[in-house]
Amino acid sequence: MADQDLLDNDEPLLVAKSLSKSFGRIAACRDVSFSLYPGEVLAIVGESGSGKSTLLQLLSGQLAASAGHVSYRMRDGVARDLATLGEAERRFLFRTDWGFVHQDPAQGLRMAVSAGANVGERLMAVGWNHYGRIRDTASDWLTRVEIDTARIDDAPRTYSGGMRQRLQIARNLVTEPRLVFMDEPTGGLDVSVQARLLDLLRSLVAELHLAVIIVTHDLAVARLLSHRVMVMKGGRVIETGLTDQVLDDPREPYTQLLVSSILPP
Amino acid sequence: MNAPAYNFAYLDEQTKRMIRRAILKAIAIPGYQVPFASREMPMPYGWGTGGVQVTAAILGPQDVLKVIDQGSDDTTNAISIRKFFAKTAGVATTTATEEATVIQTRHRIPEATLNENQVLVYQVPIPEPLRFLEPRETETRRMHALAEYGLMHVKLYEDIARFGHIATAYAYPVKVNARYVMDPSPTPKFDNPKMDNCPALQLFGAGREKRIYAIPPYTQVVSLDFEDHPFEPYRFNAPCALCAAENSYLDEIVTDDKGGRMFVCSDTDYCEGRQAAGHHGSLSAAPYKEKAQEASNG
Repeated sequence: MADQDLLDNDEPLLVAKSLSKSFGRIAACRDVSFSLYPGEVLAIVGESGSGKSTLLQLLSGQLAASAGHVSYRMRDGVARDLATLGEAERRFLFRTDWGFVHQDPAQGLRMAVSAGANVGERLMAVGWNHYGRIRDTASDWLTRVEIDTARIDDAPRTYSGGMRQRLQIARNLVTEPRLVFMDEPTGGLDVSVQARLLDLLRSLVAELHLAVIIVTHDLAVARLLSHRVMVMKGGRVIETGLTDQVLDDPREPYTQLLVSSILPP
Repeated sequence: MNAPAYNFAYLDEQTKRMIRRAILKAIAIPGYQVPFASREMPMPYGWGTGGVQVTAAILGPQDVLKVIDQGSDDTTNAISIRKFFAKTAGVATTTATEEATVIQTRHRIPEATLNENQVLVYQVPIPEPLRFLEPRETETRRMHALAEYGLMHVKLYEDIARFGHIATAYAYPVKVNARYVMDPSPTPKFDNPKMDNCPALQLFGAGREKRIYAIPPYTQVVSLDFEDHPFEPYRFNAPCALCAAENSYLDEIVTDDKGGRMFVCSDTDYCEGRQAAGHHGSLSAAPYKEKAQEASNG
């Protein structure tokens, strides 16, 4: 069993090969290549307009790449090119083995249905048909993301921003995905709420052995959560490496600028 | 110059061909919503423009038409549609379920068992069962195509979380032929079991939404539910006040402002048939009629 795990961890979960995407004359993403291993947290940082979000959409198969390809190792251990997946397979992947945490929780949640149903939706989508069990699992997950279970029947529109974000995380993790995409998960939250959310994310990532690709412009988030950092500028990856290495000893002038622009606490 | 003012059954032949093609496709793919070029009809949307177009397309000169609205043969909607076809198609009409070959209905399925020679035509306001859960039409079509029906259970989940039981009482979602989830039009869920394995052909027409769908004869129709909250048809716990029926769907009629009410069969033909056969409920007028007869005789 341990050998099996070791073997699994040796192979990358997701491989991007010279990914490019252009919108007309604008090259949003140029020649991006990297591998992501199980349990690894990769932060993509850069200023707005640097191609981070486009890259995230390419990686999650929501946009078709102009050149290059992305392959993902499915649960059966076989690596598949995302472009060759049928729509049904891709959507199934999105409901089960992947998670996507949006910056705006309203995009990732159903605001009009209760928190319990929001968490349970993925379970029902994969065929769970027992109300009691769905509800127990949902309430278990609310506890794990530190939401009072007394609010399980309240709609997320009655929740605060931080609670909505935590609910969105619970909704994504309920099917035990192996890879989670996050697009500015702490954007728009105040500092103390951010700190709690990051704390929660860090413990969940370690506990569930999640691989995470997190897009952020906040270097503090990258420093707290990620193992590796990719710095993007003008659609290109200009620097990549271990988080502490890139943030403490930046090589590229642009990265140095980025790091030095953080106000000292 | 005695040419009839209308083509047979109001619609022109090309339109009827178009609707028949949609119907054939709908029968071929049970529960699938087939788009069709719905026409303006001489009645407002919501009065059964879809059902009327389907009826017009399948009606032949030998057919006997029955129209019901909420189970009743003599409400405005039912009478006007019946007269419409009596005038434009010259077909025989009836109120007796057994005699009819085409039954157009709004919100009910007749109590009498249907047979293989009958067609039931439903008037449908909103054909899309996922509409209030997912507002995007492109998305709901994709969900049907990929049979992604988890969302339908979200609705049932919400019902149980809020009310402790599945509180959806009408338009209760069903799965047809183990494939498509379908809105059975706003019939009470009491009627859902009648759709399953029904010998009659069932056609659904939505005029405003421009959709036709169908359940062919003897097709499996399953009401969605949870293992620990199974589907249960609902009925008021009372006998019919006019015919004493214990197993028919009942309407509640408020009779005064002091909380008085009576429960009567919603299917008027069924109720009248039972009364004619000598069944009398607590509020039946039959005993008084006999007395009046005696008085006039004496």
